[in-house]
Amino acid sequence: MTVLLEIRDLVVSVVQDGPDMPVVKGISYTVNKNEILCVVGESGSGKSVTAHALMGLLPEGELRISSGEIRYRDRNLAELTPKEWTNLRGKSFGMVFQEPMTALNPIMRIGRQVDEVLERHTDLDASARRARVLELFRDVLLPDPERLIDSYPFQLSGGQRQRVVIAMALALEPDILIADEPTTALDVTTQAQILTLIKDIQSRMGIGVIFITHDFGVVAEIADRIVVMRHGEVVELGTADDVLNRPSHPYTRKLIASVPHLPEGKAVAAPTQPLMVVSKLMKTFGLDGGRRVVALNDISLNIEQGETLGLVGESGSGKSTLGRTLIGLIHPDSGSVRIEGQELVGLSSRDWRQHRKQIQMVFQDPYASLNPRHKIVEAVAQGPIAFGENRAKALKDARDLLELVGLGGDSGDRYPHQFSGGQRQRVGIARALALKPRLLIADEAVSALDVSIQAQVLDLLKQISGQFDLSVLFITHDLRVAAQICDRIAVMRQGELVELARASDVFYRPQHEYTRRLIDSIPGKQWSKPDFAEDVLVQEI
Amino acid sequence: MMNFFHAFRRNKGGLVGLVVIGLVILLALIASWIYPDSPWDTINAPYLPPMEEGALLGTDTLGRDIASGIAHGARITLMLAAVSTAVSVIVGITLGAIAGFYGGKVDQVVGGVIELFQTIPSFFLAVVLVAILTPSIGTVISAIALVSWPPLARLVRAEFMSMKHREFVQAAMLSGQSNARIILTQILPNSLSPVIVSGSLMVASAILLESALSFLGLGDPNAMTWGYIIGASRSVLRDAWWMSVFPGVAILITVLALNLIGEALNDALNPKLARKRSH
Repeated sequence: MTVLLEIRDLVVSVVQDGPDMPVVKGISYTVNKNEILCVVGESGSGKSVTAHALMGLLPEGELRISSGEIRYRDRNLAELTPKEWTNLRGKSFGMVFQEPMTALNPIMRIGRQVDEVLERHTDLDASARRARVLELFRDVLLPDPERLIDSYPFQLSGGQRQRVVIAMALALEPDILIADEPTTALDVTTQAQILTLIKDIQSRMGIGVIFITHDFGVVAEIADRIVVMRHGEVVELGTADDVLNRPSHPYTRKLIASVPHLPEGKAVAAPTQPLMVVSKLMKTFGLDGGRRVVALNDISLNIEQGETLGLVGESGSGKSTLGRTLIGLIHPDSGSVRIEGQELVGLSSRDWRQHRKQIQMVFQDPYASLNPRHKIVEAVAQGPIAFGENRAKALKDARDLLELVGLGGDSGDRYPHQFSGGQRQRVGIARALALKPRLLIADEAVSALDVSIQAQVLDLLKQISGQFDLSVLFITHDLRVAAQICDRIAVMRQGELVELARASDVFYRPQHEYTRRLIDSIPGKQWSKPDFAEDVLVQEI
Repeated sequence: MMNFFHAFRRNKGGLVGLVVIGLVILLALIASWIYPDSPWDTINAPYLPPMEEGALLGTDTLGRDIASGIAHGARITLMLAAVSTAVSVIVGITLGAIAGFYGGKVDQVVGGVIELFQTIPSFFLAVVLVAILTPSIGTVISAIALVSWPPLARLVRAEFMSMKHREFVQAAMLSGQSNARIILTQILPNSLSPVIVSGSLMVASAILLESALSFLGLGDPNAMTWGYIIGASRSVLRDAWWMSVFPGVAILITVLALNLIGEALNDALNPKLARKRSH
């Protein structure tokens, strides 16, 4: 096994006056030839900063390497000048970024963007370069390279764009490919294809891949060796088999325990009254240029009293449109939504107000969904106050609710920026509960959170839905998360409801071909998670 | 809030501007104490150069004291600028907020009015308005306010349009808060920073506009303003420079100070941008 790259006691610090503030605290790991090394960690663990340091891409004037070595071909990269970096990058290292749309120049043909790399670093003439670009496009399995070479990024799908970015990273045949969350922005079926592609290219070219991710499913899918990082330190390092199945560090155990597991199959609840009846709901968006998108095509479903219904689909499936239509933020073209027999479609905004209390929403982005200038207790109390509740009483109830979601003490008097993402999402849940709704719509409510926090917020949702006899419509792109807390799951694709059944049935006996494809695409499904005692799940947010 | 003052203090230009404006306001406040006589009184020989016979900055063609005129003029000029800016800020925020929040037809109407105003050169519109309405302090204020609100309304409208789709605003709608309440407590406080910055710059441009009107003889005939002093002595510029130069300098440093303050406010309220610029 040949060591390609060695990181030795690397420390990266914030550039500032006064005491040293390391964000990466003396980490060491090696990358071998012909392997995929997965660097796993939650946000703020320093995994991306390390990768940027490897590429010499630390933001100047903000972060710097304060000590340690990066050994590559008998050179210490930490000491290179910017000019030497430019030569080394591309030739020795290729990088794939998280968001393929922003990694490509939107107004340049994609063939030319790859061609530019070749033009700068090689002596090939124009026709040879074009041939090489076509070859690269074939390598990354882009369909019809001759036609695609003259397309613009916006004409491609997200997965195709990521393939272009990978082609660009491979253009100069680098020794090491660094991929920073390359599939996080992609749909699960596309993610599965890109993971296969990276694995395939790696073994074909025999290069080393550093794959940065937060998702243990993805890790289980492709890793040869694993580095687990936390707070700028390496907590565990080992072969994929060891780390995944016999993790030694408590943090790794906790992370793995937080990975959403397969549904056990909840007990069948006694049939109840449907709380909400949706029938034949239609919505078409007319886009500029006459293109029309059918977001909701004849959707009919019931939400039972007290059940948690999962709504799963990829981006563009219409799942968020459905959630927003049910809550009155979007007006449907036709169809009917009834809550306890009351028709909601076609109500004026004044009449809607009567029903506001019954349906509430938890938003996706815990940073954007709280007014930065209001104390959180006010944010929670605003709803009841708007409905005529006495101010002092509303504030007191708000504090009780915050206590219930785990934010007791004086935290009510603090502002949103003083809280972490998970805590803010708890505030969002408390705010939704303040009006004592019957139905809670959670739109990707945990997607923006780290996996260990995700598990805690899911537990909270599960607990309160039981406590308040609440129906929950849980909208998510992640079938694993849905399977974990939902009684029934509805699968949507391109505005249509393709399957609606009990969670365990959807998971183990999918009826529709698309559902099967979604389940097959779940990363790391062949890995059966080791079962840990509950004690590793320490509540700490 | 402490952060804001800290950031503001770091900007030297802003501090200088604040001190200068403080001095000008002080001058306006104590004008009638240091120059008890009316600035319109001929108290000295005409055409006196600066520092002669007790006239600090000289006298004008009729023997009126220039320094007294500048001190009393500071009062009128600052008052006019402040009031007209306040009026246009109120009008601009109200119309911009309504247009941005409600969108649709309301937005089309308000947007149309804004565009109408922006196609007319604002200074000529102000001149025509004052000329038609006969010059007085009231008409000058309304003319300045009328031509300065559209850019601010555009700014507020744009802020509201983007804020309206933020999740915390939608959450407020879902919790049943009234539109007025959402506008006033949710959106407005979060979009004030650019309004404050452009407000400070609007005071500066109001001073320039008012001075230009007075220069053309369209100011209130009973109000001694900096622009009036320059206008009255423009014909003798080559024989008696001091009559135009000193009030001109007063306008220059006041406007400059306000611009410095505006810049410092901008840096303090948008700390990210400011840090980028300093690199």
